[in-house]
Amino acid sequence: MRDVIIIGSGPAGWTAAIYAARADLKPLVFEGHEPGGQLMTTTEVENFPGFEHGIQGPDLMQVMRKQAARFGTEIISNMVDSLKQIDGGFEVVSKGEAYQAKTVILSTGATARRLGLDNEKRLYGHGVSACATCDGFFFKGKNVIIVGGGDSAMEESSFLTRFADRVYLMHRRGEFRASKIMQERVRNNQKIEIVLNTEVTDILGADHVEGVVLKDTVSGEIREMKIDGVFAAIGHEPNVALVKGLIDLDEKGYVKTVPGTSKTNIEGLFACGDVQDSRYRQAVTAAGSGCMAALDAEKFLSH
Amino acid sequence: MAHIFNEANFQAEVLSSSSPVLVDFWAEWCGPCRVMGPIVEEIASETDESKLKVGKLNVDENMHLSTEYRILSIPTMLVFKDGKPVDTIVGSMSKQDLLAKLAPYLA
Repeated sequence: MRDVIIIGSGPAGWTAAIYAARADLKPLVFEGHEPGGQLMTTTEVENFPGFEHGIQGPDLMQVMRKQAARFGTEIISNMVDSLKQIDGGFEVVSKGEAYQAKTVILSTGATARRLGLDNEKRLYGHGVSACATCDGFFFKGKNVIIVGGGDSAMEESSFLTRFADRVYLMHRRGEFRASKIMQERVRNNQKIEIVLNTEVTDILGADHVEGVVLKDTVSGEIREMKIDGVFAAIGHEPNVALVKGLIDLDEKGYVKTVPGTSKTNIEGLFACGDVQDSRYRQAVTAAGSGCMAALDAEKFLSH
Repeated sequence: MAHIFNEANFQAEVLSSSSPVLVDFWAEWCGPCRVMGPIVEEIASETDESKLKVGKLNVDENMHLSTEYRILSIPTMLVFKDGKPVDTIVGSMSKQDLLAKLAPYLA
């Protein structure tokens, strides 16, 4: 039975792997279906200490992966399908193959929330996008909607104006929850039109997005609007499917950890990164908690 | 090695190909595309070209083709057969998942 399995490959997972590998625990990392996590869909990361001039999100993740590999981390580029407790540890199943370890570090992160419309799924990749930095480029000279009211909605709408003619920033409430400075930036951008108290209730188009159905959340009035693209920046959901029913979650659905540690309510199972953090959600806090998880696992194993 | 497709060779290499062709539409600045890049390379080196030809197309340098095939999101992979796109695969995924989607062409 191995010492530690790490599930997830964002900053938390790779930092846990670096620490565990350097402690000679020979960690095995499952990268999952979004290797590198949320940073893979960002551009410039300017607030990760040590990179004076910033670094591209995907580049940062690539060097973290290499750093973990350098110290002997074993990497499997698959999803984990199930996780259960067995005598003396845990069993993880991936693509029909079982792996056992005395400890598991859960760093499965969080995934961007979707609007939850049937046609959103059907038209995904055909005008519906979950990644402004990937897909903004294809909307040169076009009109797009971005749904959301937080900092990432502000940031992505500003980014989209590099390409799109007009960006409609839509929010179902009467005001944004984004920080003042980000709201200012959006209000000063001539290409962005702010549409408040409005909800996207359907997306129209046969084989690509041609329009949306909008509902006024105050009057209840329904209208249609022609549009070329729909982007959503409406927050994240923790990826807890693997541990539902196994460990305690908090009222927001995130994994509950003992404050100041990475310990869950199950002995030997540790959590780090966004899957247990609804508050800070930064690359550097994820990395910090990944370090905590590796040290907690190491201590657990030495007993 | 994966083929490099562009506007100059697209007709000959893709549309007139006797075997089906997988075209990976990508760009340098797209994180998920960079995840898929090495996977596409691996599949290219493991695949018999008489069954499926595998190559990449940079959307920055080949905007006309991206527009013509209505690429609105990357990574997108199109499978061409007899000069026509017959399959669309959108988004990043594991090698196993991609191979499963390509299974009809690899049999």
